[in-house]
Amino acid sequence: MRYLITGGSVLTESGPEDVDVEFVDGSVTRLEAGIQPDEHQVIDATDSWVGPGFFDLHTHLREPGQEWKEDIASGMAAAIAGGFTSVVAMPNTDPVIDAGHLARQITRHEPIRVIPSGAVTLGQEGTQLAHLDDLWAAGVRLFTDDGYTVADAGLLRRAMEYVAQLGGLVAQHAEDPGLCRNGHMHEGSVSSRLGITGLPAAGEEVIIARDLKLVELTGCRYHIQHASTAATVELIRSAKHAGLPVTAEVTPHHLMLDHREVESMDPVYKMYPPLRTPDDVDALRAALVDGTIDAVGTDHAPHAAFEKDVTFEEAPRGIVGLETAASIVRAAVELDQTSFFERMAIAPGGVLGEAAGPIVVGSSDLVVFDPEAEWTFDRPRSKSANSPWLNQRLKGTVTQVFTRSGLVSTDEEGES
Amino acid sequence: MRDLLSVDDLDRAAIEDLLDLGDDFVEVLGRDVPKVPALRGKTIGLMFYEPSTRTRLSFDRAAKALSADVLTFTVGGSSVSKGESLKDTALTLKAMGPHLMVVRHRATGAPWRVRDWTALPVVNAGDGAHQHPTQALLDLLTLRRHFGKVDGLRVAIVGDIRHSRVARSLAGSLQTMGSSVTLVAPSTLLPIHVESWEVDTAGGIDQVLGEVDVVYLLRIQTERGGGEVFPSVAEYVSRFGLTRRRADLLPADSVVMHPGPMNRGVEIDPQVADGPRALVTHQVSNGIAVRMAVLFRLLTSEVPE
Amino acid sequence: MHRIPRSCLGGLVPQVMTADDLDRAIRRISHEIVERHHGTEGIVLVGIHSRGVPLAEQIAGAIESFEAVKVPVGELDIGLYRDDLASRPTTRLGRTLIPVDLSGETVVLVDDVLYTGRTIRSALDAVLDLGRPKRVELAVMCDRGHRELPIRPDYVGKNLPTSEDQKVKVRIKGIDEEAGVWISDGDGSDA
Repeated sequence: MRYLITGGSVLTESGPEDVDVEFVDGSVTRLEAGIQPDEHQVIDATDSWVGPGFFDLHTHLREPGQEWKEDIASGMAAAIAGGFTSVVAMPNTDPVIDAGHLARQITRHEPIRVIPSGAVTLGQEGTQLAHLDDLWAAGVRLFTDDGYTVADAGLLRRAMEYVAQLGGLVAQHAEDPGLCRNGHMHEGSVSSRLGITGLPAAGEEVIIARDLKLVELTGCRYHIQHASTAATVELIRSAKHAGLPVTAEVTPHHLMLDHREVESMDPVYKMYPPLRTPDDVDALRAALVDGTIDAVGTDHAPHAAFEKDVTFEEAPRGIVGLETAASIVRAAVELDQTSFFERMAIAPGGVLGEAAGPIVVGSSDLVVFDPEAEWTFDRPRSKSANSPWLNQRLKGTVTQVFTRSGLVSTDEEGES
Repeated sequence: MRDLLSVDDLDRAAIEDLLDLGDDFVEVLGRDVPKVPALRGKTIGLMFYEPSTRTRLSFDRAAKALSADVLTFTVGGSSVSKGESLKDTALTLKAMGPHLMVVRHRATGAPWRVRDWTALPVVNAGDGAHQHPTQALLDLLTLRRHFGKVDGLRVAIVGDIRHSRVARSLAGSLQTMGSSVTLVAPSTLLPIHVESWEVDTAGGIDQVLGEVDVVYLLRIQTERGGGEVFPSVAEYVSRFGLTRRRADLLPADSVVMHPGPMNRGVEIDPQVADGPRALVTHQVSNGIAVRMAVLFRLLTSEVPE
Repeated sequence: MHRIPRSCLGGLVPQVMTADDLDRAIRRISHEIVERHHGTEGIVLVGIHSRGVPLAEQIAGAIESFEAVKVPVGELDIGLYRDDLASRPTTRLGRTLIPVDLSGETVVLVDDVLYTGRTIRSALDAVLDLGRPKRVELAVMCDRGHRELPIRPDYVGKNLPTSEDQKVKVRIKGIDEEAGVWISDGDGSDA
């Protein structure tokens, strides 16, 4: 199939340009103005942004082990709906991805890429190193115990030393177990009134501050998952200033929502890290704009309806994020086309050492995104619908997604 | 009024109305036949997900004194997680036809969830460390019957305030009624972000003894006292226990209250607990009257909000 | 004396009893009670809130004036015994105060208007919960008919044939500005 994308603003190596894109047999074949249709299926991208497919550093696909929440097929469908052409699968499945054969089992190349991450410790139990060489050989580059924190500094130091030598990176879900024990939401005025035990901001910050010392000690590349506080932003800023090999991500929901949402006691607002204060939200937005925070990571965390239909404290943590990420980021921060694709696609790919970049001849992963068109999030492709934006009208619509498999998604409804 | 979930939903007039009705029901409970047919034909579901004999019995007695029928569902604390979900239980109980649910649960917000699932009026009988509005109302009724008013009273709440739904409900409703509240506890048992409560605090009971009308003691969970939140029970008592010596320093007309069950010898000296200042038994009997008032108001309200 | 107080009753309404008529009826009922029971021994007057209470007190006052005996007077709020609580919520309950033990006594319930009989049904339940009287009788100032229950008064101030969409208003010395009884067209409920 031959496709011709016309009328859009295409992110090229020299910035956004009004050129046409010919996409044949799984990659871009021509990139120039005024291409004449010749047995092409023509896609009118007027008013849309065309750029590299979004890249998610933080997806929970739940397979193997929790397929009632999500599986790789449904997770990929959700990713495509959200404009993602690569997702990094978190290892907290059942069993935990702590060995190479498990990582190979969840790797996918089509229609989009599923890139496994591996656990830092065996079974994410925080006591012994996972099979790091074996995982490396299976293609794992990012190691994390996401969902848990590698709390033992000595163990984390050894993991960092080991992973640094391999050339990979360690990513940390920062939550000090002592400070955060039994916590369910941000510790602050709202938790005080609700009588719900909180997770103090310091619970995240002490882990990151400590880990940055270990980065100095080991030279290991270090990635901060779902940064959520203003002080975390300051730690990242000063670490980068000091030249440490540090990157960071922020979720769309931490850019948009704060802890006052929890006053409703609705479990849809339960996630770790928790929704913080409005000041934290402001700091995260500014950090994403100025590049202190490199990337958006969705922390797509599907849970079945019955699992969330309980009290706040009993509810599992997390919300789905793949399908709404682009719209929410667009609504939360003012980013031009170049910066938007930088944070959603290029920087996250770069964290993994992927050659993600602007559209060139030969590019396979490409998304057409209309930043102004509205849509309603009422038909989740994910198996789960635990989102505060379910059935809400959102601005910024993914209309087409291309990968090596060709056109993998078309917005059937059109711009409604 | 359709539900009673939080004291934050009650303005001063609404509280006064329930206390007035509570006074009426105190009179009813003193009759030869302490039972009236006001809620005949109504059924009240009691969902108690925590072992709580006194609150459950009080609601049971209140319902029966109004001639309502009672459906009771109780679960021991430890087996909750093994049973069916709260939602399934709520819907099962609803199918048996109650007109109102009374919910006690260890998790904040459970009564709100039950209301949303069942669309029935719900009374919060205690959720997590969040709210316990009928306890606050019975305490206000006890104070009003004793002092003739609540406005202007100086109340010290002493003990584990951080984990106490009683303290949250009582402090909030006392403020609504124009009383002044001082929270007295070690910092580890004061609420996080206590500044957002807009109350005074004190780090020792001696600091407030001379200038209070009411000392409201909370139960100290001695099982928590193993060095986790305070060094030892003995050290707690040395700074916060209402001993006889301290009780003697209270103003002559001040009173001592406790939501029960009491740890005699820990937060309260046994003789003080049984002494003339203690309003503890009044709290229990007024609890029935005030719960009658709440059930009566909710089940005879004309227009659901 | 026969001025029609439009301001408080809203509209042209016929007055059917004056204050003096009321006093005469109270005196007659008082005599009938004493006559029927050969004295005042064992009689307790129980007024039903709100206008039955001053009526009961006035009857007791009349009895005292010719018998020189103070008959005990109680007051009864039937709010908790009504059968229409769901559709007519109570704002505040009235006082229920019975000064003597009712067991073995003759209770005379006193109310201003007898209409459907439902109020009296509630009052009977309430009185029987308060004790075990030997006998219960009923005194009303106006019987306007339209009974829905098998209840009849023992002492009546005045029988007032009315239609169901009329209102009967009894105003009593002591709690109202001007005493008397009026009939007006309305929605049928008595006020």
